[in-house]
Amino acid sequence: MTAVTDAPGARDAERARDAAVPGPDDGEGFSIVTAGLTKRFRSGQVAVDSLDLAVPTGSVFGFLGPNGSGKTTTIRMLLGLVTPTAGSWRLLGTPMPGGMNGVLPRVGALVEGPAFYPYLSGEANLRRYDAADPSADPRTVAARIGLALERVGLASAAGKRYRAYSLGMRQRLAIAAALLGPRELLVLDEPTNGLDPQGTREVRALVREIAAEGTTVFVSSHLLAEVEQVCSHAAIMRAGRLIVQGTITELLGGEAMRIRVRTPDTVRAAAVLAALGLTEVRSDDEEVGAVLGTAAPERVCAALVADGVAVRGLVVQRPSLEDVFVGLTGEGFDVDG
Amino acid sequence: MSTVDAGQAVPGTEAEPAGETEPRPAPRPVPEAASEPAPGRTREPAPGTTAGSVTGRVPASAGVGTARAVGAPRAWLRLLGSELGLIFRRPRNLAMLAVLAAIPVLFGVALRTFGGPGEGEGPGIFGQVTGNGMFLAFASLFLLVQLLLPVVVAIVAGDAIAGEAGIGTLRYLLTAPAGRSRLLAVKYTGVAVFCLAAVGVVALAALLSGLVLFPVGPITLLSGGTIPFLDGLLRIGVVVLYVAAGMAALAAVALALSTLTEVSIGAIAGTVVIVIVAQVLGSLPQLAVIRPYLLTDWWDGFDAVLRDPVATGDLGRGLLVFAVYAVVFGSVAWARFTGKDITA
Repeated sequence: MTAVTDAPGARDAERARDAAVPGPDDGEGFSIVTAGLTKRFRSGQVAVDSLDLAVPTGSVFGFLGPNGSGKTTTIRMLLGLVTPTAGSWRLLGTPMPGGMNGVLPRVGALVEGPAFYPYLSGEANLRRYDAADPSADPRTVAARIGLALERVGLASAAGKRYRAYSLGMRQRLAIAAALLGPRELLVLDEPTNGLDPQGTREVRALVREIAAEGTTVFVSSHLLAEVEQVCSHAAIMRAGRLIVQGTITELLGGEAMRIRVRTPDTVRAAAVLAALGLTEVRSDDEEVGAVLGTAAPERVCAALVADGVAVRGLVVQRPSLEDVFVGLTGEGFDVDG
Repeated sequence: MSTVDAGQAVPGTEAEPAGETEPRPAPRPVPEAASEPAPGRTREPAPGTTAGSVTGRVPASAGVGTARAVGAPRAWLRLLGSELGLIFRRPRNLAMLAVLAAIPVLFGVALRTFGGPGEGEGPGIFGQVTGNGMFLAFASLFLLVQLLLPVVVAIVAGDAIAGEAGIGTLRYLLTAPAGRSRLLAVKYTGVAVFCLAAVGVVALAALLSGLVLFPVGPITLLSGGTIPFLDGLLRIGVVVLYVAAGMAALAAVALALSTLTEVSIGAIAGTVVIVIVAQVLGSLPQLAVIRPYLLTDWWDGFDAVLRDPVATGDLGRGLLVFAVYAVVFGSVAWARFTGKDITA
């Protein structure tokens, strides 16, 4: 557990402001808009602090943050499971929580992992959730369930009891439940949890496919690299606060190319990089990184070797969301807020 | 997975894999938020669904209200059907119903084998069984209503909300959206139907085994008169409804406890403790003044049916107590459940 740092630095704060998409008051053009959304639990813990989120309609929006940064609480508030302590929000343009029951049928949700009745089959489980939606048409339920199971690759396991499902099958069934009707917004909380690499790729492909149909996809994850591959937009949370949001291009635009050197002689390597005029030199256990700037990587390598640094690996890295996160907070992404 | 997204690596020095197995997509064009009006944009409905079946096709505020108003009772019945399917397909509940059915049979066999209680032993109702098989139904309900039926009802009703919260299905029901008041109403209705089924199973099993094991004929009532066989069946029906109402009142208590926790065993145990405490209080002569207000004290009050004329005043008072308990604890459950944060 680390202390909350409220000042990410002037440059970063400025960039965060620039990157933020201003949400119009009527929510036009945005599937999710929150204003000052806050949740303080009875224990006094502030899980989400004055969140101003704006998810453009049609975007694939990555909602990122380390475990415990308030992502799931935010999603629970958006879906009406948890009452916010303060703030307001709109889903699909409608003010919440008043319009909740009218809007939620158009929202598919996967919240904090799959949850089903273990003694029912996959299909019977989906039927149960469909029955809970007052706007779902019972005449089309079989077709809709069949299609949803087909899309997640579970058609052959439809009659099997949920108890016998593997973790990956359970996750797929939860995604199928979110696809039971035509959705305008899909909220997926950690959709690749428990999936093997193949399953993860399939989920990514599915998200792209759904987005191509015009559905806005709001996907939370603690895996930055995973989200970077599918998202058009992203927001990063830390310790209940929104650090930055915007298009992926905007977010990455501020980050410079970095060079990373794998070496046991981190101290000496860092000195060499600094001497070459590279900035933001940071050392880990067996690695030193710095902003490359205009320096040629081969020259850096030659300088390192010339100085007797044992270079075991050297890579020039395009900026990633993780760099954005580290740049904004000065901390590793896996640190719990 | 490696976070390294290698742009250009110095040859021969990089040990990490150079690229992703999946090619990185070109940056998507950012949708122009302002130029795309949200509610009116047209879109192909997903295949396999009829466009008109879902309110999502029409602008949110306009169509949804009317569609829901028309379909509400039907949707309510559909959810109730789903709830009843859940209750009556669940292996645990079926096992409990089977036990409830077995006990009157065992009871009848025991009475047949060893004879009824002698004079002055046990309630008079038991002594009647060997003389007339129909009394086995009354005697079985009298016996089971003391503890076993309340425990079975406590298990099903205490599990109703807490069990869904515990396995996490509650959050998906509510985001479906089931609606909190609607879900609670459906839950209570479902549990009430189960109460009726449980009491009915006891009565039916008792009646059938009574007919097989003992002589059957016109019934001699506790008040001395005699009524014909069919009239007796009718009175058993009244007793079943009365006991089911008493169990449904207990179910309201269990449902209220069920909204307070995510651990169903807590709600179940709490309900059983309440039943036992109430029975202990009811048995203390010093506390006779509170007995009329105890739920448990009215459950076996159905011997009023076995008098001639039927002591409707006693039954009415019992039903009034049941109704008061159901309303009070139903309100507690509603107040709690509609404002609760679902964090499970």
